[in-house]
Amino acid sequence: MWLNKDIVSIGDFSKEEILEVLERSENMVSYAKTGHPEKPLRDKIVATLFFEPSTRTRLSFESAAMRMGAGILGFGALESTSVVKGETLIDTVRIVESYSDVIVIRHPMEGAARLASEFAQVPVINAGDGAGQHPTQTLLDLFTIKRELGKLDNICVGIMGDLKYGRTVHSLSKALSLFKIDLHLISPETLKMPKHILKDISTKIKVQEHEDLEEIVQDLDVLYVTRIQKERFPDPEEYKKVAGSYYLKTSHLQKAKKSLIIMHPLPRVDEIPVEIDNYPQARYFKQAAYGVPVRMAILDLILRGE
Amino acid sequence: MEKEKTLKIEKIKKGTVIDHIPVGRALKVLKILNIEGDIGQTVSIAIHVKSQKLGLKDVIKIEERILDSSELNKIALIAGGATISIVEDYDIVNKFEVEIPNEFSGIIKCSNPKCITNSNERVKSRFVTVSKKPLILKCHYCEREMEGEEIEENII
Ligand SMILES: [Zn+2]
Repeated sequence: MWLNKDIVSIGDFSKEEILEVLERSENMVSYAKTGHPEKPLRDKIVATLFFEPSTRTRLSFESAAMRMGAGILGFGALESTSVVKGETLIDTVRIVESYSDVIVIRHPMEGAARLASEFAQVPVINAGDGAGQHPTQTLLDLFTIKRELGKLDNICVGIMGDLKYGRTVHSLSKALSLFKIDLHLISPETLKMPKHILKDISTKIKVQEHEDLEEIVQDLDVLYVTRIQKERFPDPEEYKKVAGSYYLKTSHLQKAKKSLIIMHPLPRVDEIPVEIDNYPQARYFKQAAYGVPVRMAILDLILRGE
Repeated sequence: MEKEKTLKIEKIKKGTVIDHIPVGRALKVLKILNIEGDIGQTVSIAIHVKSQKLGLKDVIKIEERILDSSELNKIALIAGGATISIVEDYDIVNKFEVEIPNEFSGIIKCSNPKCITNSNERVKSRFVTVSKKPLILKCHYCEREMEGEEIEENII
């Protein structure tokens, strides 16, 4: 069932499948530091095709592959222009599939990974397609919640920042709606969650929208912070004013539960000040680190079926 | 005038009649059905015909050809309410209203400029119907949803 499965969109996963990935990721946590002793993927080659820059995602996939004993080949965004030279994605994928057992692809166009998966004989993992899907990010977000909080059901989750354009939060909210979760969306009026997504998740779980974190911070078990980008505001003064009210402050943490976990897909700018890094609630670096065991589990599932 | 009227209502012996097409859409319907140039059969097209039901409508008659319903249903995307009559021996043997298919490719362009189907890749657009009333389509590739005018504006 898992063997050769494409990992393109979190929407392709059932709740059971998500839970299975999370369970297997748990087993990989210690191997993510030491390497898997059996090197189960030692005969496999992972190709990483990064048509746009995302160094951290690439490093995380490559570390995961190496920890499983697999070989790696591929290119980054700078090389991609010379490698590809006007060649279509479909042709690139057809060539690379003969060199590798799985293709990890990052591309600026939305739907690129889906297209690649329709042409490649080997499984394709979507490592982000423009503003589209990035399923392994969602899986590692869920894994972080489950591992750091001990559960994914009966919790209260807040997502704050740019909820309109942020793809991570769209996928995450959809995935969270499979669980028993109270969801609080905190954003400026202009950057609210798109209606169609809101409609979709509201049929499954309780969702409330807020403009101010103060209103809800004391109830949260998870606070997922995302960056508000300058480009969204034509007026820099307006940007400063709006974005500033969605920065996390130490005063928020005084009101929050001790058990709250703070997450962020990184890189962060000013939305989480560095002094918060020292608070026990700060889990975003752990979250980034969990990318490795989660990707180890995914590679293992689709390359060996177990 | 008399002559024109006869042309419009003339019965065909065998073939497919597409009636109640929203006025002005007949040529787009033909395009969706891949009917262009000389297809070797008589095709009659009536544009801007008075209709009791619609006020004005277009009508297409394709002689000798029985189009299959999965093909015909695609026209529902641009000609909702169109009715199909299958004629054999001057008799209507089957009559139905077109229904939007659950999945289809081509016909409409994805409205997302960053969608891979709008790049130089050799790939046709492909959609899944999320809802028929109101019509909501989801791009199979970028997963963006389209509705209302957005769909109309992106008919290929
Ligand atoms: Zn699209």
